[in-house]
Amino acid sequence: MATTQERVESQVLAPAGERTEKYRSLRSDVWRQFKRHKGAVAGLILMALIVLAVVVGPLVWPPDPYAIDTTVANQGPSADHPFGTDNLGRDLLARSLIGGRISLSVGFAAMLVGLILGTAVGVIAGFFRRLDGPLMRVTDLFLALPILPLLLVVVMLFREPLKQSFGEELGIFLLVVVIIGATSWMTTARVVRGDVLSIKEKEFVLAAQSIGTRKRNVIMRHIIPNTMSPVMVSAALGVAGAIITESALSFLGLGFPASFPTWGRLVFDGRNYLHLNPAWILAPGALISLTVMSVNFIGDGIRDALDPKLRSR
Amino acid sequence: MSTETLSGGAAAPPRAREVMVDVKGLKKHFPIMKGVFRRQVGAVKAVDGVSFEIYRGETLGLVGESGSGKSTTGRVILQLDQVTEGTILFEGHDLTQLHGEDLRSLRPRMQMVFQDPHASLNPRMTVGSIIGEPLSEHRQGSSDERQQRIGELLSLVGLEPKHANRYPHEFSGGQRQRIGIARAIALNPDFIVCDEPIAALDVSIQAQVVNLLENLQDVLGLTYLFISHDLSMIRHIADRVAVMYLGKIMELADVDVLYNDPKHPYTKALLSAVPVPDPEVESARKRVILEGDIPSPANPPPGCVFNTRCPIAQERCSLEVPVFRELTPGRWVACHFAE
Ligand SMILES: Nc1ncnc2c1ncn2[C@@H]1O[C@H](COP(=O)(O)OP(=O)(O)O)[C@@H](O)[C@H]1O
Ligand code: SF4
Ligand SMILES: [Mg+2]
Repeated sequence: MATTQERVESQVLAPAGERTEKYRSLRSDVWRQFKRHKGAVAGLILMALIVLAVVVGPLVWPPDPYAIDTTVANQGPSADHPFGTDNLGRDLLARSLIGGRISLSVGFAAMLVGLILGTAVGVIAGFFRRLDGPLMRVTDLFLALPILPLLLVVVMLFREPLKQSFGEELGIFLLVVVIIGATSWMTTARVVRGDVLSIKEKEFVLAAQSIGTRKRNVIMRHIIPNTMSPVMVSAALGVAGAIITESALSFLGLGFPASFPTWGRLVFDGRNYLHLNPAWILAPGALISLTVMSVNFIGDGIRDALDPKLRSR
Repeated sequence: MSTETLSGGAAAPPRAREVMVDVKGLKKHFPIMKGVFRRQVGAVKAVDGVSFEIYRGETLGLVGESGSGKSTTGRVILQLDQVTEGTILFEGHDLTQLHGEDLRSLRPRMQMVFQDPHASLNPRMTVGSIIGEPLSEHRQGSSDERQQRIGELLSLVGLEPKHANRYPHEFSGGQRQRIGIARAIALNPDFIVCDEPIAALDVSIQAQVVNLLENLQDVLGLTYLFISHDLSMIRHIADRVAVMYLGKIMELADVDVLYNDPKHPYTKALLSAVPVPDPEVESARKRVILEGDIPSPANPPPGCVFNTRCPIAQERCSLEVPVFRELTPGRWVACHFAE
C-alpha cells in the first residue's frame, strides 16, 4: 500500500508549472477554423462588399435616387444607368444602394429579434418543465394566428404614435423589425426546445448540478453553447426571411412608404414592368439573393467553427 | 502497477465505524403521464424503499442487473433528483430537507463519477474549464491559483497540466474518465458516487481506472458508493456489498461473507453465474439459471419482488413482502426463508 501512496503523492508534488503548450484562446481558435471554411470566407467577403456598397455607394454614385426624369424612363442598363431606370426615369443603381441600407438593417435587426426571442423561449421551455406547456401553447398560437389581419391591426394602432415619437424612418423601422421578429421566432423556439430537452439529460449537466453550478450558469455555459447549430441555421434563414417579409409588408402598404426604395419594394414595383424593362427587378432581386446566400455561408462557417470537434481537424 | 494494489484494494474495513451517509426508506417513483390532460396513470418504481448506511472511508458496492435502480439510487442520494419518500442523512444533515444555498454549500463534499465518459464532459469546454468549473463556482482561489490547481488535479489523475487547453474529444475514453474524476475531486469531497465508472471503457484500461480510484481513495480518504453490474469488479473493490433487484435491496453484507456464503436466492443465482478461476471448483460449480425476465418496475409483482423468478418461492412469497432484516450483525437479507 505504501508504495502506491508514495506514487500518488509524488504525482501530487510533481511540478505543475510546465505548461509548455501555448494557451489557445477560444476566439483565435474559432477564427482559424472559420478561415478554413472556403464558403464562409467567400460569404464574408461578399457580405462585406454589399455592406460597403450600401454604406459608401450613395456618397460616391452621383445620380439622385429620387430625381424624376421621364425622358429616360424604363431604360435598360447603360453606362449612365448601369442598372437601368424605372418608369419615372429614376436611376435604379442609386435606388438599390440607398434602399439596401434599409433592407439590410431590417434583415439583420429582425433576425436578431426573432433569434433572441426564439432562443429564449426555447431554452426556458426546454429547461423549466413547469413553463414548457404554457410556452409551447403560446408558440403554437403564434404559428396558428392569422398573421395578416393582425399585422393590419398592429400597424394601424402603432404606426402614427411611433412616427411621432421616432420620426418616419426610425418609427417605421422599429415597427417593421418588431413585427417581423415577433412573427418569426416560433420555429427557432421549437427546434431549440427540442435540443435543450435532450441536452439537459446529458451527464455533463448532471455533473454541473452536482457541483452546485447555479441555474443561470448551467444555461449559459452548458445548454446554450450546445444549441448553437440550430440557432446558426435559424439565423441564416432569418435574415433571408426578414428581407423577403419586409418586401411583402411594403407591398401591402404596411411597411415603408413607397418613397423608401427598399429592395423588396423595388422588386414589387418592377414586376408590373417585367415585359417592358426586365432589368428593373434583376438588380434588386440579385442583391437579395446574394445577401441571403452569403449569410447562409457565414452561418455555416460560424456553426462549424464553434464546434471543437470540427475545429481540430 | 497492479498486483500489489489489486490485492491491497479490498482491505478489511476498520471496525468502530462512523456512519457518513444514512439512507432510510428511500423511494423514487417516476410518474407515468398519459392522455391529453397528462394525467398520472402510474409510476415507475425505480427505487422502492431502500435503507443502508455508508461508513466513512469504506467502499459500499451496489450491484444488480441493468434497470434495477442503481443509478437512480446514486442520483437521488446526491440530490440530483428529488426523492419521493425517505430520508438521506449526510453527516447528520437530512439532504431531502435542504434547499437552495444550504444544499449548495454541502455539494462540494459529495460528487459523482459518471458512466459515459462521452456524455459526462461538455464538448464545448476545454478540459481546464471543465475541471475549473467547481473551483470557480465556489470561488476557490484567484484565477492563477485555480490554474495551478487544475494542473495539480490533472497530474493527480495521471494526465499532464498542458492538457488543460484541449477539448474532450481529443482524448480516449479512459483519459476522459480521468478528467471526470479530476472534476469530481476538485473540491476535496469526502464522498463520491461512482456510477459504473468503467463499464463503458475498454477492458484493457478498466484496471487502470479502478487503480486510480483506489489510489485516490487512499490518498484523499474518500468514501465511495461504487455502482456496478460486474460482480468480480465489486468483489475486488468493495468492502461491503448491497445487491439490488427491482428497486429493492435483497441482501447486504461484508464482501467476503456475501461472496462465500450468500443467503438470498437472488444473490446465489447471480454468484453462480460468475466463472471461478480454479478449474476444479469451476467444474463443480452448479449454475442456478433464472427463469424469465425482470418484471417491469412500473408493475412489480406483489409480495417479494423476486417471487416470479425465485427457484424456492412458496405461496407466502406472493402474499407477503419479506422484511429486510439483520440476520447476524452486519448482514441483512430480505427473504422469508433465509437463515
Ligand atoms: N428519468 C426517468 N424517468 C422515468 N423512468 C426512469 C428515469 N430514470 C430511470 N428510470 C427507470 O427506472 C428504472 C431504474 O433505472 P436505473 O436507476 O437507471 O437502473 P440501473 O442504473 O440499475 O440500470 C428503469 O426501469 C428506468 O427505466
Ligand atoms: S421471499 Fe420467497 S420469493 Fe423472495 S427470495 Fe425469499 S423465497 Fe424467493
Ligand atoms: Mg445505471
